[in-house]
Amino acid sequence: MAARVKIELSGGLEIIFGNAKEYTAQVPSGASGKVTVLDVMLYARDHLLTERPELFMKGNSVRPGILVLVNDVDWELTGELQTEVADGDSVVFISTLHGG
Amino acid sequence: MLSEVVRLRAEIERYSRQIVLPAFGVEAQAKLCGAAVLVVGAGGLGSPAALYLAAAGVGRLGIVDCDAVERSNLHRQVIHSEAAVGGHKALSAAAACRAVNSSIQVEAHCCRLAPGNALELVRGYDAVVDASDNAFTRYLLSDACAVARRPLMSGAALGTDGHLTVYCLGDDGPCHRCLFPEAPRPEACGRCSDAGVLGPVPGIIGTLQAMEAVKVVTGVGRPLSRRLLMLDALQGRMHTVKLRAKMVGCVACSAAATITSASLASYDYAAFTGAQPNDAAPPQLHLLRDAERLSPAALRERLEDGEEAVVVDVRPRNQFDIAHIPGSLSCPYDVGRPDQRGNDSQRVVALLRENGIGCAMDMVGGLQAWAALADPSFPAY
Repeated sequence: MAARVKIELSGGLEIIFGNAKEYTAQVPSGASGKVTVLDVMLYARDHLLTERPELFMKGNSVRPGILVLVNDVDWELTGELQTEVADGDSVVFISTLHGG
Repeated sequence: MLSEVVRLRAEIERYSRQIVLPAFGVEAQAKLCGAAVLVVGAGGLGSPAALYLAAAGVGRLGIVDCDAVERSNLHRQVIHSEAAVGGHKALSAAAACRAVNSSIQVEAHCCRLAPGNALELVRGYDAVVDASDNAFTRYLLSDACAVARRPLMSGAALGTDGHLTVYCLGDDGPCHRCLFPEAPRPEACGRCSDAGVLGPVPGIIGTLQAMEAVKVVTGVGRPLSRRLLMLDALQGRMHTVKLRAKMVGCVACSAAATITSASLASYDYAAFTGAQPNDAAPPQLHLLRDAERLSPAALRERLEDGEEAVVVDVRPRNQFDIAHIPGSLSCPYDVGRPDQRGNDSQRVVALLRENGIGCAMDMVGGLQAWAALADPSFPAY
């Protein structure tokens, strides 16, 4: 199984993703047989990230300071890494800004 | 009595365009005139936030900043004039607000927001605007607002992106820690001086912070609590997404909070964020041995002596275009966040040496040190 997902990067995170803010990718399912945000994150790390993975992930999740949205909703409300995604869904990784 | 009538007439005239708004009216204007708002930071965000709050008639306006106005601030920090360069930002901003509206009280706090003064400052006002520029201050201010139960209009801008949300509002509104319980590492935080920022971007976000403050203190409209507004100025896109509620067990704003009125002053924000309460550069790296490095003065001497040497400039091309050492070659080492303090050049020299180029040397302190120590005509940027 796989899902065609829109992956967006913002807040400066696009710099380590080849300076592109938006990708559409066919993300294969993980061990569960379903495609989850975990699979999207790992796909982004393995196929889209161009440098410095430590600015994207820490341990088995995103690094502190990154907010994840699934279809414009905070992933904390949808099930975090275990959120299931389907064709046409969007996953946004936002690095929080501190500048002013 | 007569003077009171005259004052009221003047106020009605000044605020007439707001008062005639059916959604706002006399009642909301009276609430605004009776409200006190604290703006933390008189920079790119604080400039429009403070000016709009003053002009709209907030009764008492506090402005906190400990920095001086610099020439490189003027393109976006529109509250300061050229004549203010070198002066206190808080004083300059307060004077500009008084010039716009002499009928309100404006209080300049020429100090840094610190664990020791944050609660007292925040408690002196009804609502707070976070117009700061660093993670240390953002966590501290959010904690102080959580403890003091003051709504916080939090804005941020960098490059061509901006974010805006309202923290610590009502029963379910989250604080900054609910969203980001663990602080990002300093190298993950872009700074305006390295990454750049387009002037109108903080202008837009700061103006929206003033709007949220007006909504919150008057009770008009639907504040951006539990929502995040994201601005992509290059795409001309602004959209709002849904955020979590207050986190059960949040150390700052839940019933189980460990950061309290009594403990906040002694909380170690520097250890928690790994940073200082300003947007200074992360500490300089020491990747190389002294023998693999050269001072700016030593490099200048060797170049003046006509020694055969290739000077490689590893900064991004646009920074090379601003200014470079005459005769140097631009070979950008393009990873993540660029800096002009000689950290990237150490990484490059280490790489070159690993790959057999044993004569590669690094200039200590980068182009900033070059400007300070070897060539006073080199522009600071």
